[in-house]
Amino acid sequence: MASSIGQYLKHAKEAAATIFEGMSVTMSHFVRKPYTIQYPDRTAVRVQDTLPLRYRGILEVDLEICTGCLACERACPIDCIVIDAPKDKATRAMLLSRFDIDIAKCMYCGLCSEVCPTGSIHHTTEFEGADYSLESMIRRFVKDPVLAYKAKKGEETDPLIAPILDRGLEFLAEWAEPVDMKKYKKAQEEAAS
Amino acid sequence: MQSFIDSLIASGIFGGLPAEAVYPAMMFLFASLVVFGFVLPLVTITIWLERRVWSRIQSRVGPNRVGPQGVLQGLADGVKNILKEDVVPDAADRPLFVFAPYLLVWGFLATFVVIPFSSALVIADLNVGILYITAIVALSAVGVLMAGWASNNKWSLLGGIRSAAQVVSYEIPAGLALLPVVLLTGTLSTQGIIQAQGWAPWDWFLFHSPFTFIAAFAFYISALAETNRTPFDIPEAESELVAGFATEYSGFRFALFFLAEWGSLYVTGAIMAVVFLGGWQIPTGWTNNTVVLNIAQLGVFFLKAYFWVFLAMWIRATLPRIRVDQMMSLCWKYLVPLGFVNLVGTAVWMVIWPEGNAFVPYLMVVGTLALTVIFFRRVLYHLRRAKPELYFNPAI
Repeated sequence: MASSIGQYLKHAKEAAATIFEGMSVTMSHFVRKPYTIQYPDRTAVRVQDTLPLRYRGILEVDLEICTGCLACERACPIDCIVIDAPKDKATRAMLLSRFDIDIAKCMYCGLCSEVCPTGSIHHTTEFEGADYSLESMIRRFVKDPVLAYKAKKGEETDPLIAPILDRGLEFLAEWAEPVDMKKYKKAQEEAAS
Repeated sequence: MQSFIDSLIASGIFGGLPAEAVYPAMMFLFASLVVFGFVLPLVTITIWLERRVWSRIQSRVGPNRVGPQGVLQGLADGVKNILKEDVVPDAADRPLFVFAPYLLVWGFLATFVVIPFSSALVIADLNVGILYITAIVALSAVGVLMAGWASNNKWSLLGGIRSAAQVVSYEIPAGLALLPVVLLTGTLSTQGIIQAQGWAPWDWFLFHSPFTFIAAFAFYISALAETNRTPFDIPEAESELVAGFATEYSGFRFALFFLAEWGSLYVTGAIMAVVFLGGWQIPTGWTNNTVVLNIAQLGVFFLKAYFWVFLAMWIRATLPRIRVDQMMSLCWKYLVPLGFVNLVGTAVWMVIWPEGNAFVPYLMVVGTLALTVIFFRRVLYHLRRAKPELYFNPAI
């Protein structure tokens, strides 16, 4: 009898003590700064600008350095890229008359940007693709037919194209650099220990 | 109120209408004004406050876009709910299904009749005020059971039955916890109970004796259970019963369920303030203006009521839901015996010190302050351990 009353009072005491402790934990959380950010309009920096260069966002094409090689069109596993590159009858130069990417179909695998020789087609950090119709999800990069880019021997000298090409090659370098598995594992072990 | 209507009739603006027709019409108008001008904003703000408090505890931001700091979020949600389709399932018992939410809202709105917001602001100072509250609150249990049964849905039925079991059980400890105060004051009137207390904490019934102190918390726990608040929200347990008795409801009727839930949360806080915290009592003698005095009393009353409302929100963010058997054992094995101990203890206390002990209230106030200090030391301990970024600004 005495022990059961002791048990009873012990239960009541434990309930009060644990609720007291739990309430103190939640009160300590009450005065903390919220972890969530107020996307999209109340962030200190645009979220797109905080993403890494390798982020696979919506595709973009720099037509100035597109060679019209169709490598990306062939690499695309779901055929969301359509390129028309006819030859100009008069000058025998390659024209780009159509370069469409269907963002609604694209699965952001990144195969097209890996095979691009100049880094013309690349992922951006843009991810806000919401739109009102499927038709408007198709990005049409060519308005009027333009000449395809022809690689020069040696350095690019055209001051308008050189920075664009440099940027494209930078994208390529980001992709080409393989992850050093030994270094990666070592870093993981260090983080674990 | 009556003299006001009499003066209106005397002024002749109703023409030759008989007084028997004017009185109900004016009462109806007044009740509608109270509901739309006072209760709806009150509930809206309580819901907004709950969501903000809850989200801050969970390191979120919470609603802060609609209106200044999101105060009008409830209005937006209400409009959304009213514009939605009002679905009545084919298999439902239509008349009962349609009527149940109104019964629920009625149950909590009727309690506002006896809640004294200041020395003058009370709709009717019934001489059975506290008894009236405990009786009328049970109406919402009927509403919940009716909603659960009429939905013709297993989740709804389980929710309704659980709620009925819960409310029927917790009516007893709630009533028992109010009895010590009734013993002390010798009245059931809410104004009478407030007038028996003073403005200072040591004049409150909360600190009158250890028994009333325990009774206050026993009543608070029972009231949480009666209003289906966490940790006693088993009738609408999301993870088990979808939304319990409200599963089949949509649109305006669903909004009524929410109105009743948060409205009764405020009523709980108000009853706690009236019975144990001295209600609207403030120091007198600093002003002769009745209007200023009443506004100050109103402010003090709201502060006290919202302290308990805040505590309920905080508890909701802290404690997990308890099982049905745990809920029953808490009621019958702990709260009911405690209620009887409090009742007998208070009676003995009144025999020994008919005017109340002169020393114990001060001791209890000091003890509560000490407990608060210990509590905030624990909070500081948790903050020291986590070393988080602090943010004290309530606006975000």
